[in-house]
Amino acid sequence: MATPKKPGIRWHIVFFLAPAVLVYTAVMIYPLFATLRLSFYSEVDQQRVWVGLQNFRTLFGDAIWSTQFWNALANNAWFFLIHMLVQNPIGIALAAILSSPRLRFSAFYRSAIFIPTILSFVIVGFAWKLILSPIWGIAPGMLDAIGLKFLYQPWLGKEEYALTTLSLVSVWQYVGIPMMLIYAALLSIPDEILEAGECDGITGMAAFWKIKLPLILPSIGIISILTFVANFNAFDLIYAAQGALAGPDFSTDILGTFMYRTFFGFQLQLGDPHMGSTIASAMFVIILIGVCLYLFGIQRRLRNYQF
Amino acid sequence: MKTVKLKGALLATTLLAASAATAQDAQLTIESWRNDDLAIWQEKIIPAFEAEHPGIKVRFTPSAPAEYNAVLNSKLDAGSAGDIITCRPFDASLALYEAGHLANLNDLEGMANFSDVAKSGWSTDDGSAAYCVPMASVIHGFIYNKEAFEEVGVEVPGTVEEFFAVLEAFKQDGNYIPMAMGTNDQWEAATMGYNNIGPNYWKGEEGRKALLAGEQKLTDEAWVAPFRQLAKWGAYLGDGYEAQTYPDSQNIFTLGRAAIYPAGSWEISGFNAQSDFEMGAFNPPVEAAGDTCYISDHTDIGIGMNAATANPEAAKTFLNWVASSEFSNIFANELPGFFPLSNAAVELQDPLAQEFISWRDKCESTIRSTYQILSRGTPNLENETWNASVAVIKGDETPEDAGQRLQAGLATWYAPQQ
Repeated sequence: MATPKKPGIRWHIVFFLAPAVLVYTAVMIYPLFATLRLSFYSEVDQQRVWVGLQNFRTLFGDAIWSTQFWNALANNAWFFLIHMLVQNPIGIALAAILSSPRLRFSAFYRSAIFIPTILSFVIVGFAWKLILSPIWGIAPGMLDAIGLKFLYQPWLGKEEYALTTLSLVSVWQYVGIPMMLIYAALLSIPDEILEAGECDGITGMAAFWKIKLPLILPSIGIISILTFVANFNAFDLIYAAQGALAGPDFSTDILGTFMYRTFFGFQLQLGDPHMGSTIASAMFVIILIGVCLYLFGIQRRLRNYQF
Repeated sequence: MKTVKLKGALLATTLLAASAATAQDAQLTIESWRNDDLAIWQEKIIPAFEAEHPGIKVRFTPSAPAEYNAVLNSKLDAGSAGDIITCRPFDASLALYEAGHLANLNDLEGMANFSDVAKSGWSTDDGSAAYCVPMASVIHGFIYNKEAFEEVGVEVPGTVEEFFAVLEAFKQDGNYIPMAMGTNDQWEAATMGYNNIGPNYWKGEEGRKALLAGEQKLTDEAWVAPFRQLAKWGAYLGDGYEAQTYPDSQNIFTLGRAAIYPAGSWEISGFNAQSDFEMGAFNPPVEAAGDTCYISDHTDIGIGMNAATANPEAAKTFLNWVASSEFSNIFANELPGFFPLSNAAVELQDPLAQEFISWRDKCESTIRSTYQILSRGTPNLENETWNASVAVIKGDETPEDAGQRLQAGLATWYAPQQ
């Protein structure tokens, strides 16, 4: 009787996984842990010394650091809120309109709305800065043409408006992404279900609210978490438009710009890689908590429908 | 077998030849934040040097001013920085020297051409070691549009009162924005605002040294008064100045839409090229006629050697040449507004630059108050001053509150002020 051979180590699995694992480790996992490690050190007399949690105590305990940190975190939360309240609903609405079979030129609209997403943030930041500029911009002129000149403000230069303005610019740039994801989800809903709904008298808007929306909820969840991660890692647009000091008066300072300024230094402020890493670690923890809350709190309760 | 040997021999000779060629031509790379000067370095300064020193090839590779310190620090840590380092004054370069990135230049013959004051921007606190060759200083003041002044019929102001009368006249006239400055980029408010007009109040070096020694505080009248003047500027800066950037201000002035531009002398060459009207300059107005005037004559650019350079001899040759009067002459005349710090006499051709440098004779010179030592800790006094100057101009903070905030921040880490 032939006894079944004990399976040996299946080397081909290791072999095929190796490239991805090695590359990912080298460019993602190692830097992540190196950054976390760096946040437990400080520099004293040109020597790197272990200081344990001292950097975190400074960040949260020292008034000068903690005010900046909480200001950046609050701004970041507002930045995220605007995206959730403006970008995602508009994205869903655009997708719903685009997926309507009666809409003409839908391919054109789809591309036109998606194009800003592929533009560089430098172009977007610079273009919007010019559009909104009180000196050369077209915004004051356009408002004047429709008799609303009194509404014009130098938005990017006023503390109370600057962050919201930049959030909306970012929404303008990235609204194409939720639109595309929801659009794909809507297209994957089988016609049979909608037809069955029609037989029961559910048509038009009711069909969207009662049938389509529940079916795309998992996609909306994914979009929310993507928005969360992207927003709390954001840096580029603020830096391109307002510089590393995130003016006016730090009103557009988010965690990314705060980290950059601390890590690399700015003008006469010298870079401090250790405090910079501490902020980066705090960002990592914030994002980790957000993602965990989502995964364990929401994702598991969402029902997936199989067609 | 034979062909293999032959190939090997050929390979070896080409390698030798290649290394011999590189040994002959020392390649020097210059790190700098002066990307505005790229053309002048490439077309005038470097060819002049290479003509005299045929064995040395020089490349000028600037990066954006605001990112320079961050980029340079990362490059030095990674070992990929150029051989010659353009030095920011004071702490940024001192930190590089202490970290062993900048070489000690005490033995460089050319250093004898500079006074101790000129070298102060790039020496250790006790003055025992110098690590950068002083290259240029910049002088602060106000550049004005002569045609606009004639049109509105106002004279160059000598006192603060006259200064605001001129601004008011332009505001009433309505054809010109009285003064071109924005607060979007923040640094202009501190550099061209606070540190431009301030020395008249804190009496230049006297006040600056007293602040360093802890004998004066930023809440003293001498340090709050400049904020009080800045608070009055807001009304004369034109619509939407809150979102106006530094290039916006430069363009507004050179297009002839503004009358006065709070300036640093580094603007001269750019303004000469851009504007088609005649310009003049006046030093920061004093409180009462007849008061001694003080100007910010700030040591701004130095040049040093990367301690890890592969060509130290070539680099020293280059630095000695930078310390020579030949370089000073080319530099001062190609870049009017950057005034050489060497003791050698230099002839300036540009009238606007002559006006600026003439203030060295009638006023007392000082450097920017926040640069030496005081921007060493966290919070950084220079960056805080940007923020406070903007807040005061916009009326978000009173001059007294601004002074108190700066003093409180400084006192957290600077022992003499505690």
